[in-house]
Amino acid sequence: MAKQTLDQKLAILSDAAKYDASCASSGGERRNSRDGKGLGSTTGSGICHAYAPDGRCISLLKILMTNFCIYDCAYCVNRVSSNVTRARFSPEEVVTLTLEFYRRNYIEGLFLSSGIIRSPDDTMQDMVRIARMLRQDHGFRGYIHLKTIPDASPALIEEAGLYADRLSINVELPTDAAVQSFAPEKDPGQIRRAMGDVRLLREARKEKSHTGKRPPRFAPAGQSTQMIVGADGADDATILKTSSRLYSSYRLKRVYFSAFSPIPDASAALPLIKPPLMREHRLYQADWLMRFYGFEVDEIASAAKDGHLDLEVDPKLAWALQNRHLFPMDVNRAPREMLLRIPGIGTRSVGRILSTRRHRTLRYDDLRRMGANLKTARPFFTALDWHPSGLTDSADLRARFAPPPEQLLLI
Amino acid sequence: MRQVVLPEVGTFKAWRDAARGLLGADVPPEEVLWQRGSAGADLFAQEAAPVTTGAATVPRGFVQLAKLVVWHRDPERFARLYALLWALRTDRRLIEDRGDPRIARLNRMAKEVGRDRHKMHAFVRFREIGEDVPRRRFAAWFEPTHYILEPSAPFFEARFADMDWSIFTPDLSAHYEDGTLRFDAGADKPALPPDATEDLWRTYFRNIFNPARVKVAAMTSEMPRKYWRNMPETAEIPALLATAQARAVAMAEAAPTLPPKRAGAILARRDTQTPPQSFETALSACRRCPLWENATQAVPGEGPDDAPLMIVGEQPGDMEDLAGRPFVGPAGQLFDKVAARAGLARERAYITNAVKHFKFTPRGKRRLHQAPSAGEIAHCRWWLDLERERVRPRLILAMGATALDSLTGDRRGLLKRRGGIEETADGTPVLITLHPSYLLRLPSETRPQAEALIEADLRRAAELTA
Repeated sequence: MAKQTLDQKLAILSDAAKYDASCASSGGERRNSRDGKGLGSTTGSGICHAYAPDGRCISLLKILMTNFCIYDCAYCVNRVSSNVTRARFSPEEVVTLTLEFYRRNYIEGLFLSSGIIRSPDDTMQDMVRIARMLRQDHGFRGYIHLKTIPDASPALIEEAGLYADRLSINVELPTDAAVQSFAPEKDPGQIRRAMGDVRLLREARKEKSHTGKRPPRFAPAGQSTQMIVGADGADDATILKTSSRLYSSYRLKRVYFSAFSPIPDASAALPLIKPPLMREHRLYQADWLMRFYGFEVDEIASAAKDGHLDLEVDPKLAWALQNRHLFPMDVNRAPREMLLRIPGIGTRSVGRILSTRRHRTLRYDDLRRMGANLKTARPFFTALDWHPSGLTDSADLRARFAPPPEQLLLI
Repeated sequence: MRQVVLPEVGTFKAWRDAARGLLGADVPPEEVLWQRGSAGADLFAQEAAPVTTGAATVPRGFVQLAKLVVWHRDPERFARLYALLWALRTDRRLIEDRGDPRIARLNRMAKEVGRDRHKMHAFVRFREIGEDVPRRRFAAWFEPTHYILEPSAPFFEARFADMDWSIFTPDLSAHYEDGTLRFDAGADKPALPPDATEDLWRTYFRNIFNPARVKVAAMTSEMPRKYWRNMPETAEIPALLATAQARAVAMAEAAPTLPPKRAGAILARRDTQTPPQSFETALSACRRCPLWENATQAVPGEGPDDAPLMIVGEQPGDMEDLAGRPFVGPAGQLFDKVAARAGLARERAYITNAVKHFKFTPRGKRRLHQAPSAGEIAHCRWWLDLERERVRPRLILAMGATALDSLTGDRRGLLKRRGGIEETADGTPVLITLHPSYLLRLPSETRPQAEALIEADLRRAAELTA
């Protein structure tokens, strides 16, 4: 085989990395290089530097160090039994690509993942080395996200957390049984313990020592994980329960859902259907409701049919349609947590409602100016000059929101 | 009529100074003509704005708003801001009224400027220019919608301080050289030399795209087409979209292939490796009850196998679940403190729990402890019995109702039975005490009494096993 060029390697190893949904560059500490000694900054909120036609943001240089792998995970394009072309970056190549892309303002930083070569420790060591070179040799102050290998030794994970802003370990699939059947080399228990270790390390590093000194921060932007949706038979309720367990147990910043997507040279064990993008979207909406709107898993699950979220209307609207006895809500009186339950009114609008109603009584048009989606919200609230009267309880309310049924064609 | 001409650089500060002066001189908004750039000849303009340095106090929200709105392309922006400032003199709370049309409009303008600035941070593309210089030199051409180069510049300054760079826009250009930033007049699109790294970037853009999930609307809503012409990677988009569906269909239709040769050897190595069986590995594989599903790991007991004393608590908590060791969380630390006072050496005892997995309900970012059910206690007694058989302690200290239930089969009347010694079914003596986590839930006035009771029990346990 002829020696691969950097361009060829980049093509192979970015193609191999695209199934990781996470691209966040947010959170963590703010840094800059105003002192002129290094390169880069982090702003706290993250920047998406481009968008691919799949609608996903490109914030980080997301690549694999290598796509050689000794594991055989059925859903993965890089599994040992796949015939994709293999490539491997040298650590210097990864460092150069990251810095040169960064200097041209293409990216916020690096998201480095890898297939497992030789052993988990060997692989993790190389990844940590790349992060160390960026931080120490080149004074790189941009964002680094390292995909941690759960079986790697805790000392390596601890070192990784010193250089990386974010660490992540993928739980891969919603249930342990699915992981065992599709990713036989992976141990779900080990994945959980590794996430637990990261949380403990983060918390230990937040405390001041007895001398009052603060230790160097450990993965200041926290940890995240990802699970594939639609590869195994788990329903949405199971997925959401798993994600709420992960958030509470390991204080994750994010749980990403990745609709299982056909891959080149796929395993025969998996369904090669169009990726369930709408399902993925509804799961993210439900996840948002749990994190920012005070919804509990069971409330969302109660509005789901046979454990699956309604694909036609969003989960907040679905919940409201099932709990109409609570509506219409008076926007001039309802407490914050109830305002958050009105479909079409988001956290920002709720903040505006609260700050304005301290001074005067709100009207219908005020809500429009505050950014509420009135087409959705109309049946669910009252204001000084607005009452939905019979609309809230009308039998065809759901039909007003759901897309019209499609005429089936006879062929 | 007064005319105020604001400079193209330092516009916000100039506007603020002028507005202060006008406000101090009681000039109503309809009397002022605002302009950016050089002074035009306005028929009605008579006198310049008065200059006063008197500070006018305004609500903080107004300053944040004005700092963005001054960069908007709407020619009325300065007048709108001054009109609001005028209105705020009589009604300071107006700024919080998000339903007021004037406020809503200015907020919308602020949002547009903020978004344009954010997109500028994101979409500026530098090319390397100039060789043979000590500092590397880069340049970019950008066409923002609003006058945002000046408020955007600090971002680039903070990020690219170890190189020289220039950003040219039609209205203004910024140059950062040897650590100093300066602004210059606007420019036409400069001819920048080709940059090889740009080809690598386009390769990356092509390959990070997943043809099985095309979402054009999601892309264009965040990366509007007006920015495309100055972003090299967007030239790839038409070809990517044109071939996406065919690529996705081809992936789905391709027949599964045979694994490559080396896969067999690697997979064969895996199958021969089986971990040795031990108490810990058996426990971690326990599926006798469903508690394992939510927990991180089973937490086995800890201590010497010939310990004279076995201490049994309820179940691992949040910290124990993560660390995989018993009694390391808040209750464990309290236990250590009381035990030290009572002269009980923890490291000489075998310390464990009646239930080995943490039972909880997730509540946001916390896990709320839940007491194990009778069934769960009964299932987990299997493991406790194995530990008891191995250690064969002279005395067991049961802390709390769950441990009491597991060891004696009866959880009732803990407070009455506390301090007493009972027996397990096989005749091992069991000293009964309260669980240290009970202390954590007591109000501070009754806590010392309960703590003294536990301390007395621990002292007794230490004496009995000395």
